[in-house]
Amino acid sequence: MFVRGLKRKCFDGEEDIEGTLAGIKAIPSYNLQRQSLLDMSLVKLQLCHMLVEPNLCRSVLIANTVRQIQEEMTQDGTWQMINPQSTGQASLDRLVSTDILCRSSREQAEGKHVPAYSTFNKDFEGDQAQDSSETMSTASSVQAPRNLQSHVWEMENPQENKGNFQKSLDQIFETLENKSPNSVEDLFSEVDNSYYDLDTMLTGMMSNTKMGHCDGLETFSSTTTTASNSNCKSDLNELDHIVEILVES
Amino acid sequence: PLAGFGSLMQDVLWCFSQVKGTIDIGVTEADIISTVEFNHTGELLATGDKGGRVVIFQREQESKNQPHRRGEYNVYSTFQSHEPEFDYLKSLEIEEKINKIRWLPQQNAAYFLLSTNDKTVKLWKVSERDKRPEGYNLKDEDGRLRDPSMITMLRVPVLRPMDLMVEATPRRVFANAHTYHINSISVNSDYETYMSADDLRINLWNFEITNQSFNIVDIKPANMEELTEVITAAEFHPHHCNTFVYSSSKGTIRLCDMRTSALCDRHAKFFEEPEDPSNRSFFSEIISSISDVKFSHSGRYIMTRDYLTVKVWDLNMENRPIETYQVHDYLRSKLCSLYENDCIFDKFECVWNGSDSVIMTGSYNNFFRMFDRNTKRDVTLEASRENSKPRAILKPRKVCVGGKRRKDEISVDSLDFSKKILHTAWHPSENIIAVAATNNLYIFQDKVN
Repeated sequence: MFVRGLKRKCFDGEEDIEGTLAGIKAIPSYNLQRQSLLDMSLVKLQLCHMLVEPNLCRSVLIANTVRQIQEEMTQDGTWQMINPQSTGQASLDRLVSTDILCRSSREQAEGKHVPAYSTFNKDFEGDQAQDSSETMSTASSVQAPRNLQSHVWEMENPQENKGNFQKSLDQIFETLENKSPNSVEDLFSEVDNSYYDLDTMLTGMMSNTKMGHCDGLETFSSTTTTASNSNCKSDLNELDHIVEILVES
Repeated sequence: PLAGFGSLMQDVLWCFSQVKGTIDIGVTEADIISTVEFNHTGELLATGDKGGRVVIFQREQESKNQPHRRGEYNVYSTFQSHEPEFDYLKSLEIEEKINKIRWLPQQNAAYFLLSTNDKTVKLWKVSERDKRPEGYNLKDEDGRLRDPSMITMLRVPVLRPMDLMVEATPRRVFANAHTYHINSISVNSDYETYMSADDLRINLWNFEITNQSFNIVDIKPANMEELTEVITAAEFHPHHCNTFVYSSSKGTIRLCDMRTSALCDRHAKFFEEPEDPSNRSFFSEIISSISDVKFSHSGRYIMTRDYLTVKVWDLNMENRPIETYQVHDYLRSKLCSLYENDCIFDKFECVWNGSDSVIMTGSYNNFFRMFDRNTKRDVTLEASRENSKPRAILKPRKVCVGGKRRKDEISVDSLDFSKKILHTAWHPSENIIAVAATNNLYIFQDKVN
């Protein structure tokens, strides 16, 4: 099982062949299992119940597990990340992250490995609206780039990228109160809300009325503060009002 | 008699008594029982469910004609305690599921209990009405007002008997004090205050005051990025009204004294067992997370439940528990699967019997376990419809962990993980237990000779 302390052997020529073979057999299994556990944990963290507040205890325990794996992988030297250099690749990355979000729960239950977490941080960094709009415009033409993976984390600058991952993980926990003193402290609430909207928008599950109101982007515009939330809703009311007027005229 | 019968638990043989709930194949989610609690005399048994309802059963007076039929529990009152709510600021639903029910000791003819969902605690009064006044002057029997000018004589209203009616009324609503989900409530021994605990904070309330509460524990970090530990359960000491404990997701228990400071951020005692390095895995922390903490009736011990064990701690010894009982250690090799299907996050509760000599907790496959602290014997029993004939003696069950499976054993891989017993209750003074199995409530009693 996942017993810590299973040491990784060095792949150097000095090892005898049998030892190396034994090493090869043992290592991928452990690394693969550990990677699988990491993948599973990250999926669990992302796919929190959209309508009800996620269980904080569960989230904390999963996040701690992820940190443990990360620490061990860092010590092992197996911690790698994609360097987000080319914008072309970057947009593809965004699409991959969208794919994660759009997966039906049935597909998730079938245990498909989520391909790339390199864009994990992108989901949280910067302007969510911008990300989402780009995502939406290209979503329809995308084939889930499942080739963009196997080892998705490519070595570039371990220190900096570790920081990125840590940052993205922390951003899961970061309540948006840091950006606005008015918003209510809560985990996942804002994030989940936009995921819900994104997911239901793209899968077309939303009712027509809500589609009309949201007009795609309004719900994605920075919902980082309760103030803007209420602005969003008052905008929707205004939109309603305007539509009413137009229809009546 | 089968080997082992009669020598367990001081010769207690557990028999089926009653089962409440439907037998439908498909379970309505709202009917899933989420909490079970006897009141202080054992006369009443309350259940709460995911649909926000509370059902109270009352024990019948024992009949002299049928001495072998101990008092049965029948429905006394049913009411909707909590309704689903929607938090518009966060666009999130607030579940109506009843997380906990706690009874207040009876002080007059009425019964009082606290029930809570994730956000709001309510004090309910349950009272009987078996008389009604008749003969009002200003209104007629239907309640319609009479024309005063038509009244020619006065009479004194009298109380006349009526069919017994049990009313439940909400007397207090304690709301808006918890940002996170309430996991515990506990009535203080002063009977004037109680506490409510969520993932990061514990608040102290006075029963009479609903618009404010005192925050007595706050473990929320200034920077939420640093959050690594949450509060999982809390309880007041049964006799010392200044003392309480709370458990955490890292397997620790803190005992606090409210006399030392207003905010009990510094514990008086800290209970933690050192980790066993040979058992270390990525799941170690998760399975060490404490799902329930209960003081013994004596107040000398606390019992904690984590994923695989139940532990008894002496309040005077902080560095390790005095007793550890394995609930279902055969699951240790299955932790990865249980993590995948989220079962590893199931929160099992644990209870003491009236004399603190036996402890009980639930498991999967509708199994529940009892541990006798004196004889060190344990037994696994099952709550199932197959064993539901009146006064049928429950047969001990056994899980086969490998090798040859005996006839009555069940293998680990055949266990049904959707049938989990999370909530159980033990009568305060008798050998009567209530076991919640999804949407059914089983009541078992010891055999009366």
